[in-house]
Amino acid sequence: MSDSSRLKGRSGLAVAGAGLAVQNHFKSKDTKGRTASILFLALMLLALVVAISAIVAVLAWAFFEGRTRLDADLIFNGPSTVKRATAGYSVAILGTLQIIGGVIVLIIPLGVGAALYLEQFADKTKWWNRAIELNIQNLAGVPSIVFGILGLAFFVRGPFSWGLVAASGSATVALLVLPTVILASREAIKAVPPSILEGSLALGATRWQSVWLQVLPAAAPGMLTGVILAVSRAIGEAAPLLLVGALTFVTFAPSFFEGGFSALPVLIYNYAGRPQEEFQILAAAGVLLMLAVLIVINSFAIWLRARYEKSW
Amino acid sequence: MSSTVMSERSDRTRALRSDKPRYGEKVIFGFLFITAAVSVAVTTAIVIALFQPLPGLFQEISIVEFFTATEWSPGFLKPVYGVWPIVVGTLIVVITALIVAIPLGLLSAIYLSEYAPNAVRKTIKPVLEILEGIPTVATGLFAFFWLRPFLEYLTPWLPWGGLFSTGVAGIAVGLIIVPLIASVSDDAMRSVPRSLREGAYALGAGKMRVALRVVVPAAFSGIIAAFVLGASRAVGETMIVLLVAGAGSPSLNFNPFEGIQTMTAYIASRATGEIAVGSVVYDTIFAVGALLFVITLGMNMLAIRFVKRFREVYE
Repeated sequence: MSDSSRLKGRSGLAVAGAGLAVQNHFKSKDTKGRTASILFLALMLLALVVAISAIVAVLAWAFFEGRTRLDADLIFNGPSTVKRATAGYSVAILGTLQIIGGVIVLIIPLGVGAALYLEQFADKTKWWNRAIELNIQNLAGVPSIVFGILGLAFFVRGPFSWGLVAASGSATVALLVLPTVILASREAIKAVPPSILEGSLALGATRWQSVWLQVLPAAAPGMLTGVILAVSRAIGEAAPLLLVGALTFVTFAPSFFEGGFSALPVLIYNYAGRPQEEFQILAAAGVLLMLAVLIVINSFAIWLRARYEKSW
Repeated sequence: MSSTVMSERSDRTRALRSDKPRYGEKVIFGFLFITAAVSVAVTTAIVIALFQPLPGLFQEISIVEFFTATEWSPGFLKPVYGVWPIVVGTLIVVITALIVAIPLGLLSAIYLSEYAPNAVRKTIKPVLEILEGIPTVATGLFAFFWLRPFLEYLTPWLPWGGLFSTGVAGIAVGLIIVPLIASVSDDAMRSVPRSLREGAYALGAGKMRVALRVVVPAAFSGIIAAFVLGASRAVGETMIVLLVAGAGSPSLNFNPFEGIQTMTAYIASRATGEIAVGSVVYDTIFAVGALLFVITLGMNMLAIRFVKRFREVYE
């Protein structure tokens, strides 16, 4: 209204009146709409809070239920039906480590190789390359238990016939997480601008030299993130391992190609199914152990991705 | 004149060509192709593993009975193998899961894509990723030991029966597919062009109206893809269902307050039980697995098609 004070008399009044009329016209009169949009915002926030509180609830439950068993025995003692109060997960942890080792050895060359082929070398107009692409997308959606059947038919029996050993579990889980690694590696390669590759080619490097020395190093952090996330999924995966024999109650450290094996999530399931209360507490403590390891691994992977996410 | 130009050009291309054929690069190319082809081999192996035992199985039991009978009683004197009870079990779990996950996932996605400040978005997305990474054994145990008793405590008037509950299994599965639905729908909504939103704002629409009447319809096929992917994850979920809905003997049961067996739980429980290799019951694992594979494959193809249609419109 400072303008109207400068203007005297009728013109000042007219300006003030016009200002009020304009304000009145554009003011949102529709309080019903405003309430609705506040309600909608509240609803969205509620949905997010519910989704996130699910993580907190699982962690809190595992902690309260399993807190009495958070001791060294949990990690260093093997399973036992006699000494229930001091039984632990040592054998399962060793089994999981073996499985993870095999998974890493298999998925890095296979995942990165397939991603490089599809992003850098494949001619997209050829039907077989499109078929490979579609196939990987579909493979990523195949239920994990079906991979268990694959492991049972091919690794435990059938062509490989390794039996119910850690190697079978490892190969099964590796194939299960392979599509994830390929898709993540492809995204990482896609994020490297083509000018990097073209610059290298223009300087006289061969195609493979350019890919190996320029594209791959630039995409490596993204690929590593994919591999770490795949490993963390492999640590928690229980369903396919049930089918390749991880449910047996082994009390000795397994060897890769011989003897029964166990894995952390499967032994947790096994303990949980027993009627004694000690075992149920032990299962909760195992869940807490597994979640703690996984949250550390996943946070590291997400940090790594954010840290090296370049905008070219 | 023109012939000298031609010869000059061919000289130049010859100079640019490498002086020796690079066999090393060819070998590497071959290796990379093989790594990509492994995935095709895996799919082929899955199909062989699932379908190879079927002809033998359907000589022992009737294929018509398998798909139509409403009873699954393998151990009986006159065994009946009808797949309906476990298909119904899976359906109840999936429907409950979607009832939980669609509102939660879609509302979260609308918030992340349309409302959230960048900083909030950058913190919440990784948290949702961690939720997606929680092993299903953990979620299953939580649901069995805490969620089901808690819900029974809250609603004692409901007909809870026994230790197991298909409905609670569905809720738990719903919680684990929320991040998937949220992130796929969020991607779809974020790729709706800005101009559509700005046009709506210019016409005087408020933020909520733009989100619900412009962005969501524009991203609709991407959002449907998210729902289908979520449903496919729910169909294939094993551990939660095994723990919370129970692994008893399959029977046709529509009651979400009692236990039931699903396709995945059937496979897991039969494969770990003491059943002779090569027996009819053992072979049914593969038949149920094949059915599961076909169902999820169909759903994934559908989702891929929806995403593709969406991309064609906006990219």
